[in-house]
Amino acid sequence: MATQHSRSAARLMMAPAVILLLGWMLVPLTMTLLFSFKQYLPLRGGDLGWVGFDNYVRFVSSSAFWPSVVATLTIVGGVLLITIVLGVLLALLLDQPMWGQGIVRILVIAPFFVMPTVSALVWKNMFMDPVNGLFAHLWKFFGAEPVQWLSQASLESIILIVSWQWLPFATLILLTAVQSLDSEQLEAAEMDGAPKVKRFWFIILPHLSRAITVVVLIQTIFLLSIFAEIFVTTQGSFGSRTLTYLIYQRVLESQNVGLGSAGGVYAIILANIVAIFLMRIVGKNLDN
Amino acid sequence: MARSVTSRRKALNTLVAWTIGLLIFFPILWTILTSFKTEAQAISDPPVFLFFDWTLENYAVVQERSNYMRFLWNSVIIAGGSTILGIIIAIPAAWSMAFVPSRRTKDILLWMLSTKMLPAVGVLYPIYLIFIQFGLLDNRFGLVVVLMLINLPIIVWMLYTYFKEIPGEILEAARMDGASLKEEILYVLTPMAIPGIASTILLNFILAWNEAFWTLNLTAVNAAPLTAFIASYSSPEGLFFAKLSAASTMAIAPILILGWFSQKQLVRGLTFGAVK
Repeated sequence: MATQHSRSAARLMMAPAVILLLGWMLVPLTMTLLFSFKQYLPLRGGDLGWVGFDNYVRFVSSSAFWPSVVATLTIVGGVLLITIVLGVLLALLLDQPMWGQGIVRILVIAPFFVMPTVSALVWKNMFMDPVNGLFAHLWKFFGAEPVQWLSQASLESIILIVSWQWLPFATLILLTAVQSLDSEQLEAAEMDGAPKVKRFWFIILPHLSRAITVVVLIQTIFLLSIFAEIFVTTQGSFGSRTLTYLIYQRVLESQNVGLGSAGGVYAIILANIVAIFLMRIVGKNLDN
Repeated sequence: MARSVTSRRKALNTLVAWTIGLLIFFPILWTILTSFKTEAQAISDPPVFLFFDWTLENYAVVQERSNYMRFLWNSVIIAGGSTILGIIIAIPAAWSMAFVPSRRTKDILLWMLSTKMLPAVGVLYPIYLIFIQFGLLDNRFGLVVVLMLINLPIIVWMLYTYFKEIPGEILEAARMDGASLKEEILYVLTPMAIPGIASTILLNFILAWNEAFWTLNLTAVNAAPLTAFIASYSSPEGLFFAKLSAASTMAIAPILILGWFSQKQLVRGLTFGAVK
């Protein structure tokens, strides 16, 4: 039983972490909120006073807003689709008996450890370069015209790069879930003559549903704020300007802090909607 | 009942899995190979795979031209410093949550996690302003603090799950024998939790090493780590594939090796116990 003494000690021990995180959350958040109601142009007059909800209205009604929402949703949706579908298939494959399983696992996980600026630059130059990239060589080999990947198919290219980075994460978590599957149930179904597709659809997939939900939620939170991959490839041009990148440009490139902060508040609200669902699942697990 | 597997089936699994594994790994392999080519061979058509004149020249050029060691050192300081600082702050917090739980423990844990969900771009300008105000822009200490704060929730969370597995009776016995709280944590809990603490350090070192929002936006020259160094290659000048590959290989090699050790902890560290 915890004594009164250890309770107050515990509070003291928790204090540094709690106070630091509280400060880290509240101070910048309050500032962003304040800026978002101001006309604030650091290079052109500085703080020009309160403007109410002007920035919020202007951010949403600017011509760049809706395309950025579409780009964001396309990238998040595309990456989720690719990583989940391939992740499930890969997890099932890696669960099978084979030679050198450990090495294959390492090969599959490796991209997760590559820093985002490296993977973006390597894909951009060595694979997607329209003259010297490997894809260009491959296309020419088959007699096709090389594609200008990052300008003609910018969103698809970014989805490819980001999916490559996140496939290991999805695979690893789904593999953990696959390995906890009750094999007796599967064998019973097999003996009853249930075909493979049915076994997958009615036993394996339901078992994986929670892991899939977790992967979707965690990846969504990270994917909503991808930055380096766009920063070093297209700089937001060719229709690849996501919401995060748009806010970054408003704040640091055009130094319109009020407008950018309003965008930031939208991004925070969006992330929190996803986070609520994730917290619920995590919280439920804490109870058991 | 173990399922009998024919060796033909096993061979087929092996073939398919290795093909896919190598395909996924290929961009990394290609980067490493290209780093040993001359610039002309790096873009030759058709591409050369293994039979070229292996050279270390690119590594020498990258080091000479950009002072690679300085960026590497910055990465080590920033990733290492933020991880160590985070661990020092997180161990007492995780101790109290795991061994002296109260009604609010769960809420505090979840709240900590929720700070991790805050989109960085939403607080970019405030942090930027604070950094200018305190002279922290392009300063390693500033980045150590920021990266410590963004990873602190994961560190606390991971330590908490590891500490939970240690029976509380052992700590209580130490207390009975007259150990102070400091001694209890430092000499009883910490040695028992070494494997957990080590994997927490490992994973968070990797996450901090690869962090590429704050490191790109808050550094210029002096404090720039490898993420920023690599980003400086995004404007090409002449033939540069081989040099880009050499720089990339040097930036990812240490982490790839550490990553292999940490793959088992990855799931625990990044799903917050939601997948077991």
